[in-house]
Amino acid sequence: MRRRYSAREVALAFVLLLPSIVVFVAFFYRPFLNLLHWGTFESRRNGAYFEDVGLTQYREQLTGDDFREGLWHSVQFVLYTVPAGLVLGVLLAVAAHRRLKGIKAFQAIFSSTLASSVAVTSVIFFYLFNPVVGLVATNWLNDPTWAMFAVSLSSIWQNMGLAFVIVLAGLQAVPDEVMEAATLDGYGPVRRLLRITLPLISPVLLFLLVVLVIFGLQAFAQVDIITKGGPVSATETLVFKINRLNRPDNIGIGAVYSVGLFFVTLVVTAVQFTILERRVHYAQ
Amino acid sequence: MASVTFESVTKRFDGDVVAVDQLDLAVEDGEFMVLLGPSGCGKTTALRMIAGLEEVTEGTLSIGDRVVNDVDPARRDVSMVFQSYALYPHMSVRRNIESPLLVRRYPVDGPDRPPRKLSKGERDERVDDAARVLGLAELLGRKPAALSGGQRQRVALARAFVGRPQAFLMDEPLSNLDAKLRAATRLELVDLHRRVETTVVYVTHDQVEAMTMADRIAIMSAGRLQQVGTPQDVYEAPANLFVAQFIGTPPMNTLPGTVALSDGGPATVDVGGGRVPVPPGLTTSLGDGQPVVVGIRPEHLTVVPEGPVEQQVRAVEWLGHECLVFGAVGEAPVVVRQTGMATVAAGGTARLAVDPDQVHLFDADTTERLT
Repeated sequence: MRRRYSAREVALAFVLLLPSIVVFVAFFYRPFLNLLHWGTFESRRNGAYFEDVGLTQYREQLTGDDFREGLWHSVQFVLYTVPAGLVLGVLLAVAAHRRLKGIKAFQAIFSSTLASSVAVTSVIFFYLFNPVVGLVATNWLNDPTWAMFAVSLSSIWQNMGLAFVIVLAGLQAVPDEVMEAATLDGYGPVRRLLRITLPLISPVLLFLLVVLVIFGLQAFAQVDIITKGGPVSATETLVFKINRLNRPDNIGIGAVYSVGLFFVTLVVTAVQFTILERRVHYAQ
Repeated sequence: MASVTFESVTKRFDGDVVAVDQLDLAVEDGEFMVLLGPSGCGKTTALRMIAGLEEVTEGTLSIGDRVVNDVDPARRDVSMVFQSYALYPHMSVRRNIESPLLVRRYPVDGPDRPPRKLSKGERDERVDDAARVLGLAELLGRKPAALSGGQRQRVALARAFVGRPQAFLMDEPLSNLDAKLRAATRLELVDLHRRVETTVVYVTHDQVEAMTMADRIAIMSAGRLQQVGTPQDVYEAPANLFVAQFIGTPPMNTLPGTVALSDGGPATVDVGGGRVPVPPGLTTSLGDGQPVVVGIRPEHLTVVPEGPVEQQVRAVEWLGHECLVFGAVGEAPVVVRQTGMATVAAGGTARLAVDPDQVHLFDADTTERLT
């Protein structure tokens, strides 16, 4: 039977929740409702005035080629950056999770990518890929086929550091005795990693996956700094397009794109949780 | 099944911390050997060297006829029960027990044929067998988190013996159980050992576990082996003061004193509160005034009106079947175990007598037993 709460308890709960409710309403729910509302206005005469067209603009824009292109670029970016960053981070963390002299230095180096900002990282990669002065003497940034991959490399590099730090913390929570038992049971290093270590840190991996996918879908600064969306529109991610549309004459379409991205992110995250949650082992 | 032999084995950590110092110990095939000592004495390190979880710094470690110094842990054919049980939390009980069978190869086709992996049927048979022996048949589908401490411990035992290893290694496997369960599990372990006839090396700091389960006990202190012997040996003839005081509850009384040789009469040791007879048949020649330490177990002291030693009684504990009389002889604390009701009271004095055969003498400098 569910316990019934007294009026006093309910009031107290409400008072304690009030600060966060205020913040959420002011900075999230109300702006979000505004956004939904803006999406129903179509710009006329380059933004001289707006006409309420109801859901028509949502229907047209969300099925339009430009939104679809942006979504595809964002998905591409996620597919390039998330698995690679995650795998590299896990491998580095497993390699650095041992008691060796000087291992702290390596741990510091591997996690340093996390400490550098997206802007700094992007500038570094911009110069690395410069066809004249860059280390990688290619023309990837000007090649529509390769430009997205080149932009992704900077994020893979950053994701690796984040994954490294979080996985390393996860590994430190795995009891030594369990790994020793596996060693005595005859598990080699690869089997130990796949059958014992990864399942035991699966909550950490799920968290990373969700966070990195969200980061990927929200990627903007890398694109803005490295390619400005180009060549042509080959690296225009959804957020890049939203930013481009964020002008008085296009604010309605920008709002529609933003709402579209919100629901894409929501659905992807929900799917990740429902499918993967069952396979995640949470320690008691 | 196999013997386990340490020959002058030393383990140093980080170059200078000596955890195990020149250990010589032969665990016989099928024997239940308990490594006993206080924490930090090197017993767990010794056990982990057998498992291959720690490298041997110096000396030779063999399992059976094979020197295993450089053998991979998985190829030593030993299994271990850890203090925390170290079960795989994401696997069912069945998978936990089955785990060594999944990856190792076993000489199931006889000694002449190469070892091979077990088939699904063979694995199931062994797991079911182990589960039945340990009373886990009903729990095979559960995860470790859904088990009690005692049940987890049984799963760890089942996993250890499902592969029928050459030796079973146990690192304080009972220390996480409550007292009642611990006593029951002691009996079960002895029973299990009798049934599987495997060599067991068992590490504990609990002398009761050692006394009740061991065929032989190896007592360690500060990385060094102090004495190896049957429980009776180490109890009745402790090799030095450390062993004398470590084995037995309450521990043996130790009284520093000086030898008093009288003309013609029997030699005695003056312990301040009186004179204790020297054990007969002592082959060491004692000099008059030689400093020694007298050891007498609490149950070997009796309260008699004309006893030669005087004890100042500080407290009396009545335990039902016996009494413990706490006090001091001279400067040294002395406990006397009396059966039934105490005949002395706190604050008074007791006259104590002792059978010379039950008196132990130790060298005051080396702390070694004088025989």
